[in-house]
Amino acid sequence: MRDSIDAKVVRYTAAFFANEDDLVAGAGAARRAGFEIHDAYTPFAVHGLDRAVALPPSRLTWIAFFAGAVGLVFALTLQVWTSAYDWPLNVGGKPFNSFPLFIPVAFELTVLFSGLIAIGVLFARNRMWLFSKRRVFERVTDDRFVLVLKQSDASFDIERAVNLFARYHAINVIEGDQFV
Amino acid sequence: MAVSTEQMNTLAIGVDVSTQSKVDVVHPVYSKLRHPLIAGNKSNTDVTRDICHLLEPKPGVGWWISLSVSLFLLAIGAVATVYTVTTGIGTWGLNKTVGWAFDITNFVFWIGIGHAGTFISAILFLFNQKWRTSVNRSAEAMTLIAVMCAGLFPIIHMGRPWLFYWVLPYPNTRGTLWVNFRSPLLWDFFAISTYFTISAVFWYLGLVPDLATARDRTKSKLRRALYRVMSLGWNGSNRTWSRYETVYTVLAALATPLVLSVHSIVSFDFATSLIPGWHSTIFPPYFVAGAVFSGFAMVMTLMILVRKLMHLEDYITPQHLENMCKVALLTGSIVGLAYLTEIFTGLYSGNPNEIFVIINRSLGPYAWAYWIMFGCNALVSQLFWIKKLRTWIPAIFVLSILINVGMWFERFVIIVTSLHRDFLPSSWAMYAPSITEVGLLVGSFGLFFTAFLIFLRLFPVISINEVKGVLNYARQH
Repeated sequence: MRDSIDAKVVRYTAAFFANEDDLVAGAGAARRAGFEIHDAYTPFAVHGLDRAVALPPSRLTWIAFFAGAVGLVFALTLQVWTSAYDWPLNVGGKPFNSFPLFIPVAFELTVLFSGLIAIGVLFARNRMWLFSKRRVFERVTDDRFVLVLKQSDASFDIERAVNLFARYHAINVIEGDQFV
Repeated sequence: MAVSTEQMNTLAIGVDVSTQSKVDVVHPVYSKLRHPLIAGNKSNTDVTRDICHLLEPKPGVGWWISLSVSLFLLAIGAVATVYTVTTGIGTWGLNKTVGWAFDITNFVFWIGIGHAGTFISAILFLFNQKWRTSVNRSAEAMTLIAVMCAGLFPIIHMGRPWLFYWVLPYPNTRGTLWVNFRSPLLWDFFAISTYFTISAVFWYLGLVPDLATARDRTKSKLRRALYRVMSLGWNGSNRTWSRYETVYTVLAALATPLVLSVHSIVSFDFATSLIPGWHSTIFPPYFVAGAVFSGFAMVMTLMILVRKLMHLEDYITPQHLENMCKVALLTGSIVGLAYLTEIFTGLYSGNPNEIFVIINRSLGPYAWAYWIMFGCNALVSQLFWIKKLRTWIPAIFVLSILINVGMWFERFVIIVTSLHRDFLPSSWAMYAPSITEVGLLVGSFGLFFTAFLIFLRLFPVISINEVKGVLNYARQH
């Protein structure tokens, strides 16, 4: 934010590329040149792009792990409590707390909790829902690769950005404040 | 939804960079060490167009004929279901000795079919087998539909299917009387419902970016509305992709042990009993290998039809089919080894009942079924050693159908021949399915093909985004 007058209006620069190699190279060069990268938009998961834009690894694996742990504890508690405490039933002379026989259901519920919560958090974190109104760059779900820079301060030099992207075969460079 | 670049403050800033643009590789150089996974030298746009194009025009005559036949089969199944439920399980060919037969055979058969989809989508993903991208979408759809078909059989077998929810451990007015967590049949319920749920979300997650592609392309208002809702506002953001890939990998890592657990637990239905022929420790790996084997056979049958009828020869190449044949060869050999191991352990057990079951299976009144099973699985799969056969598509098609038949008979043999001559010769009996049971089997095929045909018309049949990611597989930069 440079000063109080137009602090709300952040402008963005978007560069369009025809293939993923140019995008990754252009993104790396832009980052090294000191530009602030807002995000990139691609038709498929481009490997190496996370490193090029210095995106830290997602913490969703931890969420999946803890969700699985919750599922495991829930399943074991449910089975031990219902089978050995709430209404113990003698089934073929087996002990009421027949722990090894509780492993299959415990495993299944671990997987179920972990998977469903991980995907639920993914959707929430990405603000993906049924009536999402997010805007989409033209052709980005087809064959365009877009790199968006945030014009975060007054020193942002649009010509420098355009020249940089031209070196990486950008098809087009546009500027705007409402497309992201 | 889509923002045209013209609508925004276009700013070319005096530099016309468009002339310097490098358009998609026109004459790529291919590596000598790798074969391209996708034939026809496609660009990203070609992939979008080829796959989305399948959704856009009105379905052809062939599709309508296939759908009518499938619906007819489904109707037969519906009649058989109504007759069974209103009259009772007595409409089946079961008797006091053979209390489990056709119904459970079909259940295990369909569950097994489903396993190939998860194998392709999860296990091959973890092993970084990039050829899976051409077949994973339809294989996963096949999994979901096969699990639905499988689930119908135990529900119908309950006799009072509307009380199905009693298998859930919920607080109830009967005491609360809880379900028996020590029973493999209950484990089965948990395993299959988890399997279905995780497979469904896994499939849907893979579908989201492709639904966005279809949304931004389709001209039909109804389809656009459907795809817009289902694509959850996907805009291809790299932050989204990064988290998406993380969760996709997590789900693959979860689905891998899950798929192994499902058929292991199905085998526990048999292995934890004391019936000779069922009470065997090799059952879990034997069932899992058989499931993947039968599933791959079904995937091959379907993919050969789909590539031909939908003109996807560039995407599903003979190389894909050959790779699947190799998996079938491996799993088929494991199944063959399991047959031999079963004979050995039975005969070597010193237990007269075990020895009797082995001899009765292979030489008794159901010997014909046993030898169909042995021939179609253990022997037919060995033909895939011959490279000519696993690259000649008509041969693969015929062999895959033979394997499907063989694997159906495997479950029939395991279930019926272990039961029909039990410990007491006075209660020995034969089993033959009634017409109602055959109707249920026919109906499950009707359901399978009806749902699969609708899938082919409604969703991108090949994973567009994943195929785009492997276009450069063998290209040198």
